[in-house]
Amino acid sequence: MQHQSNRFFFNVDWITILIYIALCAIGVANIYSTEYNPDKAAAFSLGSSYGKQLIFAGTGLILGLSILLFDAKFFSVFAPVIYGVTIFLLLVVLVVGRNVGGNQAWIPIGSFRLQPSEFAKFGTALLLARYISSFNVKLNSLKPILISGAIIILPMALIMLQPDAGSMLVFLSFMFPLYREGLPGNLLIIFWGAVLLFILNLFLSPFILISSILLIGGLFIYNNRKRQQKIISIGVITLIAIAYLFVAKFLFNNVLQPHQRTRIELILGLAKDNKGAGYNVIQAKIAIGSGQFTGRGFLQGTQTKLKYVPAQSTDFIFSTVGEEWGFVGCFVVIGLYSFLLLRIVNIAERQRSSFSRIYGYCIACILFFHVFINIGMAIGLMPVIGIPLPFISYGGSSLWSFSILLFIFLKLDSNRMGFI
Amino acid sequence: MDQLFNRKYIIQGLFVLIAIILLGKLFYMQVISDKYFLSANNNALRKIYTYPARGVILDRNNKVLAQNQPTYDLLVTPNQVKPFDTLSLCNIIGIDMIEFRKKFQKAIVQSRYQESIFQKLISVETYASLQEKMFNYRGFSVRKRTIRYYPDSIASQFLGYMREVTPKDIEKHAGYYKSGDYIGKSGIEREYEPVLRGTKGVTNMLYNAHNVAQGSYANGKLDSLAVSGDQLTSTIDSRIQKLGEQLLANKVGSIVAIEPSTGEILAFVSSPGYDPNKLVGNSFSPNYREIFANPNRPFVVRPIQGGYSPGSAFKPLDALIALSEGVVDPNTTFNCPGYYIAGNRKFKCEHVDGNISLRRGIARSCNTYFYNIFAKLMTKNGGSYAKQHSTYEAWQNMVRKFGIGDTLGIDFPGEKAYKLFRAADYDKLHRSKYWGNTSIMSVAIGQGEINTTPLQIANIMAIIANRGYYLKPHVVKAIGNGKGIDPRFKEKHFVGIDARFFEPVIDGMQDAVNQSWGTATESRLQNIIMCGKTGTVQNSRGKNHSVFIGFAPRDNPKIAIAVIVENGGYGGAYAAPIASYITEKYLTDSLSGRRINGSTIEMYKEANLLPVFVTKPLVKPLNTPDSLKKTDSLKKALPLKTKVAQNQFNKLAIKPKVNATSK
Repeated sequence: MQHQSNRFFFNVDWITILIYIALCAIGVANIYSTEYNPDKAAAFSLGSSYGKQLIFAGTGLILGLSILLFDAKFFSVFAPVIYGVTIFLLLVVLVVGRNVGGNQAWIPIGSFRLQPSEFAKFGTALLLARYISSFNVKLNSLKPILISGAIIILPMALIMLQPDAGSMLVFLSFMFPLYREGLPGNLLIIFWGAVLLFILNLFLSPFILISSILLIGGLFIYNNRKRQQKIISIGVITLIAIAYLFVAKFLFNNVLQPHQRTRIELILGLAKDNKGAGYNVIQAKIAIGSGQFTGRGFLQGTQTKLKYVPAQSTDFIFSTVGEEWGFVGCFVVIGLYSFLLLRIVNIAERQRSSFSRIYGYCIACILFFHVFINIGMAIGLMPVIGIPLPFISYGGSSLWSFSILLFIFLKLDSNRMGFI
Repeated sequence: MDQLFNRKYIIQGLFVLIAIILLGKLFYMQVISDKYFLSANNNALRKIYTYPARGVILDRNNKVLAQNQPTYDLLVTPNQVKPFDTLSLCNIIGIDMIEFRKKFQKAIVQSRYQESIFQKLISVETYASLQEKMFNYRGFSVRKRTIRYYPDSIASQFLGYMREVTPKDIEKHAGYYKSGDYIGKSGIEREYEPVLRGTKGVTNMLYNAHNVAQGSYANGKLDSLAVSGDQLTSTIDSRIQKLGEQLLANKVGSIVAIEPSTGEILAFVSSPGYDPNKLVGNSFSPNYREIFANPNRPFVVRPIQGGYSPGSAFKPLDALIALSEGVVDPNTTFNCPGYYIAGNRKFKCEHVDGNISLRRGIARSCNTYFYNIFAKLMTKNGGSYAKQHSTYEAWQNMVRKFGIGDTLGIDFPGEKAYKLFRAADYDKLHRSKYWGNTSIMSVAIGQGEINTTPLQIANIMAIIANRGYYLKPHVVKAIGNGKGIDPRFKEKHFVGIDARFFEPVIDGMQDAVNQSWGTATESRLQNIIMCGKTGTVQNSRGKNHSVFIGFAPRDNPKIAIAVIVENGGYGGAYAAPIASYITEKYLTDSLSGRRINGSTIEMYKEANLLPVFVTKPLVKPLNTPDSLKKTDSLKKALPLKTKVAQNQFNKLAIKPKVNATSK
């Protein structure tokens, strides 16, 4: 046992841990900068955001390292239980949750607040990995796809009740691990086609859209005019597409919150609003753009320090990076993330156990989704949906949940020679 | 499984692709476009300016011509205004409630969070009563600035005026001026704007998103204090400037006096002028419009913009070139039968002098004498058209050396260049090369195709006074404490005529003033030998212009002067005596009484020679057929009639002493 334990630590992928520590350090430094006030330059204070973030990072690291002490089998065996606990927490938050900024997403525990939706990510990831890796599950038949879908959609639905669209959308990233494990590519195409239609539906008049769908359907039918079977299915798909248009319109107008609608409209250029919902993005873009090539320098940013950018230390932390460190800093941060993601995928691919591999893909895709959406919204490529930048944004729940996600994977990897 | 294994590349490719997209957008925002950088500075960085005192303008004896007086701007920051007794504020600054609301609305439109000007240029007295109650008016503040004050109210066009910068000015001066700043728009205020204005002080203040000042940017490393403008010592002598303006009151004309040894301009009178204090402060606009509407156009700076034929004042220059070219010597005589025949044309000379020499020719302003000289000059290389063509070209080049035909390069904005005809220009005028001295004979007596500014003919006098050279005329002696002027004003420009040729000409000019047969006896001074020359410039639009040029004393001259009085008649009638009063005042600091014709200085001051403008209604009733014709309405509206004021003085002064069309 003693021998084995040493080997575990030896087998841990230290490069990943170094990147993790580097990103946490960047986070603490930038949170420090957003708070920094030259007139009140106090010594280290635990009451400040950066002080708290430092504690979160330290405890996150301890949490992570202690995960390495667990038995690797624990996670696959207890995956359903962990999933069940997180689902339970998502239900609890709907009852006792504290409402912050319109979302009932927080469970107050003493002076801290717990955000169950953050922890639901790894619960879902574990159960998904466990289910797909189990014997005789193949993702090319209907039943496994539906069951996997249900595992993903259950927490999404509960989060949507809070309602927290940003955290909910993160679960879409589980699509990629499913794809890796054999989900037919057509399904992905249909899904993204539906997203595209949804967006086009906002732009174009229904008449143009319906006639072009009919035209495309007609062309396909003409091409396959000899095969009756195909004609029927193409016809059905065409009709479904048209029906979808109306459903999508209904969803957009009646299900989405007004502020979510305006954010989508803003990003699509359908609305212009410099003071309201568009203010965040404009100020974040000004801050990032003003950094130029090398940035204004650490603690020298004016936009971020003078509170022009809202949610400065949480969702828009990247604007501080952009302003103070310039393109060079952004390049380093995005480079670190890219390296981390590719590293995780490569580690996943070297696993013998498909549970470890699937889980690895899950966390790579969750991280990817967070990074892409968060940076994308700060530079105006994505709509503003409030999700944190992994390891850098201020916040205990998110930092801990990302730490747990990552270290479970490192634990699984360190045990790759053994069997689960 | 193999096929599924390939899917890892698709996912990894997606990661890399998205990273590249993000970096591409970042590269555009941060490195290529500077839009965001500028917006950021707009957001947070605000420059707070302190205004320096503008440089004072002095005359050559350190008497103040232009100084500063304090004034105040009332500023408002709309979002900080709390309900208050608006009526009391209105009463203090003298506006009504309707105007108050209008101004407040305007400030809100500009910005709710930033200061903007509510009321401009509040006087010191108003400020005193405002100051006591300022604490009642939250959101309002007062900013001190200075405007001009001209203690003597003289030299209006010379000093120029200041007004608020236009968007064009802001653009032209690359960032120095902000809307609401003042800038010198004419005269010295304009020419020496960069020296006079000093440098604004700047504090770079950081403001947060709630528009609360957060202290200065980069610890004040980029901040600067206001630096006052440099004091300017002009070359003007305010004593003779003032006298000149009084003498030209109610006349159109100009006086330029130059110190020959330095090229410094001693007097720079342009009449009609205006009170420079009228174009200061809140009454600028109505006064500006009024002055602008004056048909005698006070904004024209006549000494450097007015174009006049020099008339007989050109004769000394004729004589100098003739002597220098050797076509005459001081003893050459010509016979004047009262006219001169050139080809088939007969040019009149209004007196019959018989045989007349150079000295007497100048003193008597004998046209025949100078027609003869000119004919000799033009034909000295042969009488053929081709020869005369090249001789004329050489002659006009010599004239050009006297500073005619181009600008003189004075340090003053708006100097006009009047053309001196080259041979080629005459080719064009006559549509052939077949022209000779007889075709252009009027040039001999300074008429025809020759135009000069008063400054240029005063400069010719300086050249003669200096016996052959001039220094570029200029208006500023010293800048700040001991900073010198442009070295180009210290260069001697020689006109290429030997000093010995000047004495015979100066003899003639001395006689013109000091001998009974001279044409400028009205400018004779006791104990000072004044040399001069009158001119009577034919004027197609009315009565002749009275011209006098001269210098004094004869030896070691201290002042060269040119006086032009439009519609003043003979040179001796107005210009000569006016010049003598200025010269006397400058040289002796006193004024003797009557001139030889018995007139006194008061008579000249009071004489009114302004053209009378008969204004007809601009719009005629529609039913008259005239209204259907497209005629030049402006021309019709302002028919020019000159009328000499009928007073006793006129009968006295305009008594032709000698018969001459051009003397």
